[in-house]
Amino acid sequence: MIKARVTVTLKNGVLDPQGKAIEHALDGLGFGGIGSVRQGKVFDVEIDGADKAKAEADLNAMCEKLLANTVIENYSVTLT
Amino acid sequence: MKSAVVLLPGLNRDRDMIAALTKISGKAPVTVWQTDTEIPDVDLIAIPGGFSFGDYLRCGAIAARMPVLRAVAEKAAKGVQVVGVCNGFQILVEAGLLPGALMRNTSLKFVCREVKLEVTNANTAFTRNYSAGQIIRCPVAHHDGNYFADPETLASIEGEGQVVFRYAEGTNPNGSINDIAGIVNKAGNVLGLMPHPENLIEAAHGGNDGRALFESALGLPKAA
Repeated sequence: MIKARVTVTLKNGVLDPQGKAIEHALDGLGFGGIGSVRQGKVFDVEIDGADKAKAEADLNAMCEKLLANTVIENYSVTLT
Repeated sequence: MKSAVVLLPGLNRDRDMIAALTKISGKAPVTVWQTDTEIPDVDLIAIPGGFSFGDYLRCGAIAARMPVLRAVAEKAAKGVQVVGVCNGFQILVEAGLLPGALMRNTSLKFVCREVKLEVTNANTAFTRNYSAGQIIRCPVAHHDGNYFADPETLASIEGEGQVVFRYAEGTNPNGSINDIAGIVNKAGNVLGLMPHPENLIEAAHGGNDGRALFESALGLPKAA
């Protein structure tokens, strides 16, 4: 069993109103000095088998085809 | 003129779309289900609004990967006219049939109200019964209508006249770039828009500003 974590984040320059709202809420809780907050997504994926190279290639294909919208998002794959 | 309406779990404006197309074309549209791999020969395919697959992952993302969308793409490549309204627009961009992306409204709020739209290109199959620069009324109801495209894509769609509708008179409800409300593909046969023209087609709706869009797409003459 291979375990992986896929992280999807907004590209630089793409407005993130949710991140902004979180940033303001943190500020309201008294956490000072926050430069910015960007919201993203994390997917923990389990894949049968032991072929790590294939799993990594498959995970990248999954990101391209579904997990990320590459118009607005970047992704990274980490095998854990 | 024949039309088809795409059905997916979670859409909720399908009945409105079917009623509008039936009233305007005089013929009930055929319906195609998410797992259908073929769409009958029609002149217009409509993808209605709603919340397909609960908006899971991203609005329209799952729907865009269903078999019926591959069938829509095949028809679109052959020149059949396709219109996606609201979630239908989100599905078309997720399917790659239209450029850009639709993001969360800058207000972070679901917006349900009437807006003003400017018809910025009246030379498309969907807008020929409008006049260029015409301001029309149209309802919107969405949470993720904030159109975004990278600078290169934006310059391209603006330069090619692919922006068909723009929010006018300060009524942009979602923060979309350049006030974009609706765009067509390069070939001009695929239209996506966030507002709901199918909900403003007769007096009982309080107006019929949306009717000309369907009359245009169905090749019907301009209503008096």
